[in-house]
Amino acid sequence: MAKITYISHDGTERTVEAKNGESVMEAAIKNSIPGIDADCGGACACATCHVYVDEAFLEKTGVQEEMEKSMLDFAENVKPNSRLSCQIKVTDSLDGLRVSTPESQH
Amino acid sequence: MDLSGADKIVIAGAGQAAAQAVQSLRQGGYKGALTIVGEETALPYQRPPLSKAYMKGEMDEERLYFKPAAWYQDNNIDVILGAHATRIDRAARQLHIEHGGVLDYDALILATGSRPRKLPCQGADLAGVHDLRTLSDVERIRPQMVSGRRMVIIGAGYIGLEAAAVACTMGLDVTVLEMAPRVLARVTSPVMSDFYAHEHTAKGVKILTNTALSHLDGADGAVSAAVLADGTRLPADIVLVGIGILPNEELAKDAGIACANGILTDRDGRTSDPRVFAAGDCASRPLVHYGRTGRLESVHNAIEQGKLVAAAILGLPRPAEDCPWFWSDQYDLKLQIAGLSTDYDTIVLRGDPKARKFAAFYLRQGTLIAVDAVNSAPEFLASKKLIMAGAKIAPEILSDTTIPMKDIAATAAA
Repeated sequence: MAKITYISHDGTERTVEAKNGESVMEAAIKNSIPGIDADCGGACACATCHVYVDEAFLEKTGVQEEMEKSMLDFAENVKPNSRLSCQIKVTDSLDGLRVSTPESQH
Repeated sequence: MDLSGADKIVIAGAGQAAAQAVQSLRQGGYKGALTIVGEETALPYQRPPLSKAYMKGEMDEERLYFKPAAWYQDNNIDVILGAHATRIDRAARQLHIEHGGVLDYDALILATGSRPRKLPCQGADLAGVHDLRTLSDVERIRPQMVSGRRMVIIGAGYIGLEAAAVACTMGLDVTVLEMAPRVLARVTSPVMSDFYAHEHTAKGVKILTNTALSHLDGADGAVSAAVLADGTRLPADIVLVGIGILPNEELAKDAGIACANGILTDRDGRTSDPRVFAAGDCASRPLVHYGRTGRLESVHNAIEQGKLVAAAILGLPRPAEDCPWFWSDQYDLKLQIAGLSTDYDTIVLRGDPKARKFAAFYLRQGTLIAVDAVNSAPEFLASKKLIMAGAKIAPEILSDTTIPMKDIAATAAA
C-alpha cells in the first residue's frame, strides 16, 4: 500500500490509497482523479496518462522503457520528470509519492 | 433540441461508451437521475485485455473494471445489470426492460455495443466452442487453455490473432482458419498481413488461409474436430470464433430510428430522434477526417462518442474529434494504428519488418490517411497529428529513417 498525492494543474491536491501491483494510473482512474485520461487502460498505447513525478521519488519510480520514452517524446509539455503513470507500479516504497498532472493530455 | 434541463438520463448498455458517458455527464455537472441498463451481469469493464493480458492470466479481474462498485453509489448512478432492454416508447419517452421494468427518460443514450457473428454451420453450439467478447466468455475459455490442447481459431482478424498469440505462448497447439487469401485481410494491407502471418508461423501457429470451414464435429456434446470444406479433419479440444461483430441496432430500428449498419448519428451522437443518442460499436457516425460516415469498433471511438454525447446533452462545447486509433498486442509486438487506411493508393514502408520495428504509411493522392506502426510509437504519434492536419508528405521523406518523425511532423506542420 502507498499513499499517493495527485496535484492537478490548478493546484488542487487529492490523496488516495493505492494497492501494491496496480499502477499509479489505475489508482488515479479508480479514484476519478481529473487530469489523467488513460484512454487505452494501461497498454502504453495512447500517452494520455502523462504525469510529473516529484523529484524526490524519481529514482524509486524506476526507469523508462524504450516504448514509454518514445511515447513521451510526443506528449505536450514534457519535462525531465515526465512519466506515463500506467508504467509506474505501486510498491510500499512509493508511499508518500506526489505527482502532478499537466494541463491537458491531448 | 435543447436538453440542458434534462433530469432523467437513461443509458442502454454498460460497456466502454456507457462508462465514459456517465463519467462525462457527472464531470460536466449533470445532477439529475442517471441509470445504466446492462445485459451482462458485470459492471462496465475493459474489453481489450480479454484477448490479451487477462486471457493469459496476467491481470486480475478487479483491474478490468473502469470503476469500483462504490463509485456508482457515490455518484448516484443506478446500475441495472443482467437486464435486457426490449423496447423504446419514443412518444412516452420510456425504455422498457424485460420482466416489466419501465424507465422514463428526458434523454436516452444507446450504447448497446455489438455481438459476435455466429458460425452459420453445424456444430456451432457444441461445448468447447466459444465467442471471445465478454468476461463470461473468457471465464469459460480459460480453464480449457491447458498446454498441449488443440485450439482451432476461426477467423484471422485481430481478435483471432491476439488469442492465437496468447494460446501459443501458453503451450497450446493452435491452428487459425481464414477464408480470405491472407490474415487481417479486412483491416490492413498485404505487407502487414505477411508480417503477422510470418510471426505466428515462426512461433508454431498453423495458419490456413483460403480455407473454408464445413462444420464442427462433436463427441458427447463437446467439440472434437473442425472439418474443412475439402474434407480435412482438424482434431480440436477448443474452438474460438472470431469472424466479426454485428451492431446491436435492433432496439433503435424497432423504434423507427434511422439505422444503416449501425444507428446513424450526427457529429454529436444524436440519432434521428433528437432525444435519443448512440455511442460506441452500435453507432454509425460522421468520420470527420475522412468525409464519410462509418462504424468504428474501438476503444477510442467508444470514449470519444461517450464524451460527445454527454457534451451535447448538457449543452457544452463539442469536444475535439481525434483521428481514429487502435492497437493490438501479439507476442512482444505492439501494433498501433492511426487513421483508416481504406482507399489508400500508395503504401510507404519505414524501417525493416525483419527488425520487428517498422511502420506502413498509407497515402491517398499524396495525403497521409493512416499508419500501421509496429513497435514504433513515434511513427504512430506523429501520424495521428499529421492525419488530423491533412498533411501531404513525400514518400521518400516518410521512408527515410535518418529523419526523425518529430522533424517530419514539425516540417509538415510549418
